Amino acid sequence: MRGILTVFRKEFFENLRDRRILLSALVFGPVLGPLVLAAVLQMSVSREEATADEMMTLPVIGAEFAPNLVAMLESRNIKIESRTLDETEIRQAIAAREIKLALQIPEDFVERWARSEPASVQIFLDSSDQFGGDASASRVSQVIRAYSGQISDTRLLLRGVDPTSSAAVVVHEVDVSTPTSRATFALGMLSYLTIFAMLFGGMYLAIDATAGERERGSLESLLTAPMPRRHLIYGKIAATASYMLISMALTLAACAVSLQYVRLEQFGMSLSLGALTALKLFVVVAPLALFGAGLLTVVASFTRSFREAQSYLTFAISIPTLPLVFIGLLQLDPTPLVMSTPSLSQHFLMMEILRGETPAWVDLALSSSVSLMIGGVLCWVAGRLYEREAVLG
Amino acid sequence: MIQVTDLSKRFGQVQAVRGVTFTAPNGRITGLLGPNGAGKSTTLRMLATLLQPDSGDAMIDGESARRNPIEVRRRMGVLSHASGLYPQLSARENIIYFAELHGLDRSVAHARVAELTRLLELSEFIDRKAKGFSQGQRLKTALARALVHDPKNLILDEPTNGLDVMAVRNLRSLLQRLREQGRCILFSSHVMQEVALLCDEVVVIAQGRVVASGTVEALRVAAGEPTLEDAFVKLIGTAEGLN
Repeated sequence: MRGILTVFRKEFFENLRDRRILLSALVFGPVLGPLVLAAVLQMSVSREEATADEMMTLPVIGAEFAPNLVAMLESRNIKIESRTLDETEIRQAIAAREIKLALQIPEDFVERWARSEPASVQIFLDSSDQFGGDASASRVSQVIRAYSGQISDTRLLLRGVDPTSSAAVVVHEVDVSTPTSRATFALGMLSYLTIFAMLFGGMYLAIDATAGERERGSLESLLTAPMPRRHLIYGKIAATASYMLISMALTLAACAVSLQYVRLEQFGMSLSLGALTALKLFVVVAPLALFGAGLLTVVASFTRSFREAQSYLTFAISIPTLPLVFIGLLQLDPTPLVMSTPSLSQHFLMMEILRGETPAWVDLALSSSVSLMIGGVLCWVAGRLYEREAVLG
Repeated sequence: MIQVTDLSKRFGQVQAVRGVTFTAPNGRITGLLGPNGAGKSTTLRMLATLLQPDSGDAMIDGESARRNPIEVRRRMGVLSHASGLYPQLSARENIIYFAELHGLDRSVAHARVAELTRLLELSEFIDRKAKGFSQGQRLKTALARALVHDPKNLILDEPTNGLDVMAVRNLRSLLQRLREQGRCILFSSHVMQEVALLCDEVVVIAQGRVVASGTVEALRVAAGEPTLEDAFVKLIGTAEGLN
């Protein structure tokens, strides 16, 4: 036990001095994670805002041909910016991001209008634009459709036809989502970031335990220490797990702080990440650290060099984390099987806590005990691998 | 004292060591001499309990390497072939770490470091990070690390590899001092002059077997050759791999 503690202490403090390890454990997750999260949320918020009845500017070509339509748009809080551009110029302007979209009213609009023929207008937009071109365009076309509906109703009335007879089916959408359930994607992202940052924070220590020691030529000397070899690796796993926990704690703290600056209330999200919530999240995810440290150490012990270990471990980290990004789409239920899967169960528990629900005790117990148990088995396997002669390389 | 009896080790198809038997007494420097690939490192690794012998055994101060490896490690200092240090730790911290691994108390460990700093002349770099050490500084630190628990037996695997002339001279005088303290010193080399200069006893090993052993003079006489080099070539049967 004393030997394990000695190894743990040395690994813990030595690695604090390594800039690369510090960067991955204490800076990468805690800084980059919340930034990404805040950016994703802010982007969703601004997209949402674009569709609301806020003032928006619409470049219009040929505004003089349809004064009534223009007036209707203006009445809906859309500021008209009269431009004279031909079609290629419009395309260029959108491609160059000078404008998000443009409405073109052709010259024959008036003529066709007078003859009660369908008068066409064009909306130019880039639907691949991430910054709300799509949302703005649908808002404009909604206004135009409404205008068109009004006019055609009037025309039918003039001809003595009841306009309602032209509407055979009317669709009403009823949105039953609650503000927080709409935030599921963002929550999933937070949980993914937390788990990823945690595993990544211990990666370099796990590599160092086998491939690193071997490459540096310090492994043989270490193995001549008068203690069972597995105790050496247990100390190293403990150090790896503690770096994971620190990394996770810092990430959660940083997310909690950065989320204060995202205007979530405008998004209709009641996502609060206070100190207590962050603490609950930490407790729920912590058992995964043993699993992660054991897994990475076992994988690393099969590699020959630092570089090889790096690529294998990056892959090993993505297996329990990457599915979390998409899991929200699968509508999984928290069945006992799900709740006993490491990483997935922690994800579910985090989501529950973030939604303001209280996870069931049985789920908590299942998630923690299974993760710790598998983690323990992985540690034992790592110990066995360290006892092999092949560990010398 | 190290007593090796009929030690054998096979790696897959390669029989690296075939029934090696010799004794390295206390207060003597014993050289394990042989060409590259003769089985020197494998033999030393079995003594250091890094490898488990297929057959035979090594007794270190009466403890069996096969049955009681942890006791053997307490009685032995090992300077392995690749004696890497932890680059982020200073020389002192590197040595202290091993003292702690050997279960030494903090005060004892620090006293040992002070003693070794004097003996091995480490004071110039003792508190510097090991990252930028020269080959010689690294070797001295690794040697201090191997000696921190004051072992009665010391084994060194090709310790002079990559050292310049001055460093080799220093190492030589150091090993002589350790011998005077009554320790059992066993080191491997493929450099004949080194062995001739330093060793009291020589064990010549070739193709995994001991082909001769005794004092340098005795070997020369037994081979009936005028120089050491000729004696070794005759004993080994080929000059290949020797310097």
